[in-house]
Amino acid sequence: MSAQSKKILWAGVLGALFGLGLAMSKMLDPQVALDFFDLSGHFNPMLGLVFVGALAVSLVGYRIATNRPKPLIENRFHIPTNTTIDKRLVIGAALFGIGWGLAGYCPAPLVGTVFFNWKEALIFGVPMVAGFWIGKRLVKRFWGT
Amino acid sequence: MSQGGIVYALAGGALIGLSTVGLMLALGRVAGLSGIMKAALWGSDRAWRIAFLAGLVVAATIYFYTHPGHIQVRTNFPAGWLALAGLLVGIGVTLGNGCTSGHGICGLSRFSVRSLVATLTFFSVALLTRYVAHHVLGIVP
Repeated sequence: MSAQSKKILWAGVLGALFGLGLAMSKMLDPQVALDFFDLSGHFNPMLGLVFVGALAVSLVGYRIATNRPKPLIENRFHIPTNTTIDKRLVIGAALFGIGWGLAGYCPAPLVGTVFFNWKEALIFGVPMVAGFWIGKRLVKRFWGT
Repeated sequence: MSQGGIVYALAGGALIGLSTVGLMLALGRVAGLSGIMKAALWGSDRAWRIAFLAGLVVAATIYFYTHPGHIQVRTNFPAGWLALAGLLVGIGVTLGNGCTSGHGICGLSRFSVRSLVATLTFFSVALLTRYVAHHVLGIVP
């Protein structure tokens, strides 16, 4: 099997694992996320527990994975090198937080709902993709990259 | 929340963590969903990203239809606020270079201070937004 086919196969299986995790933990219901943010209403800890479960595995797993000289299929690790903490990061995270706290979708669960709640996926997803594009323009305009 | 709910949340989270570790181990890539989506749309090296997204959609859809009633389908959310939220998420993850998975899971697992700042920011803003939108203004269910 070619390296490219192996990459696609691995990515497909790992994507399926991610989707299964989101579905099992009810993260595909945006109202569950909203209930985690609702400290003064009907608080539901599910989202926080999903985070705990994910981090418990990834904190250990990342140590093992990145201790290797290189990944199993690729020639090198593509780990983000940006360490800048600036206005752009904080404004971006805050805008994302407003959108997430308003409707309950972050990008991963939105992808998972595409077929069974296609109406919401469309109404949220099309402006989100437009937002990717607008964001790129803003970055070019104000940060020149 | 029931005890069963706790098990589903922790097990589901562990699967997400396993997927994240697998992507680093096999492809040397961070599992940041907004980054994967953007690069699948506009970037280079698109094939594996499209495969990852396809796998996610297929598994989520199969789970939904094989476990009736497990995931509620929301139908009562005002379309205007939903669209505005989508726009803000799209702009926000682009300026901030990441979302819940990229900063919250991958970034924290790398001990990235930048990701910690992003994660604390979007979580606290989301809490505040929920309070204002639901309890103060009452514009969303």
